[in-house]
Amino acid sequence: MPQWGMVIDLDKCTGCEACVVACRTENNIPIAGEEQSATGRQINWIRVERYWEGEYPNIKARFLPVLCQHCDAAPCEPVCPVYATHHTPEGLSAMIYNRCVGTRFCANNCPYTVRFFNFYKPAWDAPLERALNPEVSVRANGVMEKCTFCVQRIEQAKINAAGEKRAVRDGEVQPACVQSCPTTAMYFGDLSDPESEVSRKAESGRAFHLLGELGTKPRVIYLKEADER
Amino acid sequence: MNGKGKQASHLTNERINRDLLGPVLATSWRFYVLIAVSGSIVAWALFAWGWQLYWGIGVTGKRRPEFWALYITNFVFWIGISHAGTLISAILRVMGAEWRRPVTRCAEAITVFALLIGSMFPIIHLGRAWLFYWLAPYPNERLLWPNYRSPLMWDFFAINAYLTGSLIYLFLPLIPDLALVRDKATGWRRQMYAVLSLGWRGTETQWHRLEKAVSIMAIIIIPVAVSVHTIVSWDFAMTLNPMWKSTIFGPYFVVGAIFSGIAALILAMAVLRRVLHLEAYLQHKHFSNLALLLLTMCLLWFYFTFAEYLTAWYGNEPAEMAVFWSKVRGSYSPLFYTMVCCCFVIPVPILAFRRLRRIPLVAFASALICVGMWLERFLIVVPTLAHPRLPYNWRGYRPTWVELSITAGTFAYFTLLYALFTKAFPIIAVWEFKEGLRHESAAQAKSEAVPVIAD
Repeated sequence: MPQWGMVIDLDKCTGCEACVVACRTENNIPIAGEEQSATGRQINWIRVERYWEGEYPNIKARFLPVLCQHCDAAPCEPVCPVYATHHTPEGLSAMIYNRCVGTRFCANNCPYTVRFFNFYKPAWDAPLERALNPEVSVRANGVMEKCTFCVQRIEQAKINAAGEKRAVRDGEVQPACVQSCPTTAMYFGDLSDPESEVSRKAESGRAFHLLGELGTKPRVIYLKEADER
Repeated sequence: MNGKGKQASHLTNERINRDLLGPVLATSWRFYVLIAVSGSIVAWALFAWGWQLYWGIGVTGKRRPEFWALYITNFVFWIGISHAGTLISAILRVMGAEWRRPVTRCAEAITVFALLIGSMFPIIHLGRAWLFYWLAPYPNERLLWPNYRSPLMWDFFAINAYLTGSLIYLFLPLIPDLALVRDKATGWRRQMYAVLSLGWRGTETQWHRLEKAVSIMAIIIIPVAVSVHTIVSWDFAMTLNPMWKSTIFGPYFVVGAIFSGIAALILAMAVLRRVLHLEAYLQHKHFSNLALLLLTMCLLWFYFTFAEYLTAWYGNEPAEMAVFWSKVRGSYSPLFYTMVCCCFVIPVPILAFRRLRRIPLVAFASALICVGMWLERFLIVVPTLAHPRLPYNWRGYRPTWVELSITAGTFAYFTLLYALFTKAFPIIAVWEFKEGLRHESAAQAKSEAVPVIAD
């Protein structure tokens, strides 16, 4: 059984946010509107956090794409009173939208703040409501949602592979963000296969986990060269 | 020996019945005004909740990352207030404190109503409130089951157990008084009280069983009460969040709950004493004793708060410090210092010095403590959520009219329920009070005679 994981090379990330746009289109993410976005109600399953380091003139912009880390020891999962969030055997932290009652406990216990709540009935400006992806459910008012690692693409790849009586090939599954990254800073694949690209990248000396000290065992591995100081 | 014997000795049975059953048997116009005012605020709050159900949680001030805010503050606050009653009354009963007699029932009623209100909030706060029953483990064709690992599930069971226990504990000592009212009332009210008093005739066996049942419940309810607020604190302490994941949150919350509970009790007693003219029953001694209890809890609360903040500050972990500084010198500091003044700086001298420990001042200190403890709950819930570990996501919170209306509505609802309770049932336990007088006179006469209580 594959164990899905992602590698993000921060040395290659330019902060262009193509991943953010691709994710919105792929995953039927509702449009919050200007006013609601300003109050913090926008939904972005992946976002690019920008931090400034240092003082002028020695200042550097840092870009950090953050999405659900699909932690193996996910703090969000045990706190849900109705099992609306749970771990799949393939290592995805999955949401069952229909089961969610909206306690928002999972969102509070996510150290990466990557869980999103539908504060209103989801809406799209015309004609975007006609461009919804039929492979992805539209979430109801009052439920949580978050990155799924594009589970619909994973399932499609498994169906295709099963039809051809073979295993899913490395690189065959590409979540929307990975597919659209112009600098190929993102990789997706099977972490249990030592030959896969993500496994080899994860061996790199540049690899680290975001907030690794919390022991959440994230499935997203970041690569970053240490700066010379 | 003490003031009560001399002051209370002129209280005849007739006068006690007249004073304590008066509010039940006759109603003044002021009662209707109170009901109308608090009822309209409750109606407005219901409208606000309907608005929220229709549009979604977006009509509140909640946002990412403040997924919890005023509702959870109110939840913790009201569950805390509910510790007034049952716990105080149970502890005093178990200890055999004679002065408890006029205090217990107003305390127990606070518990039940505060619990009813507090336990509404987790439902009001849900994104899909109409599905709240999915938290209950009930057999269903899809074989779905709740998650017992979630502290919210523990809450669900703890609060239900506490509510059931408190209702029984409120009802048991009420039975002889219901029978007393039954004998004095007429018409449909007589029938209602006849049903409620469960055929109480005041026989020796019935008294024996009642006393046994009350003392068993008093002992059972103490660990239940302690567990309830401990579990409420675990909603926070079980997470990974800075200034939430604290080992002392359990006792800290229990202490805060008893603290705010006693304050609410004193406030309610002061109001009842004035409005229902109970000066002969709720005396200075009762307020003074409760004020000393309040002082103890006040010092304990300060000790826990100090320990909590000192360890966070000394540890100097960046994520914790972001929350710490936002409270101590950041945007939440006005609320923080108001809390410290309301919960500690102003009440301590009032409660500590005998000359200041007068009923109006003690009631004033109690009101401040209620405000301060509400702020304390707010300062636990919001600043931590406002400062997640990745600082890119920091954001402030501002409540909307919906949350403020519902908050105001719960205070009105509490007033409404409490007023209706004093109208339907004697707010001071008549038989317990009379029993106390007999014990006293029996002790004075050094008599061994068993007093007969049921007249």
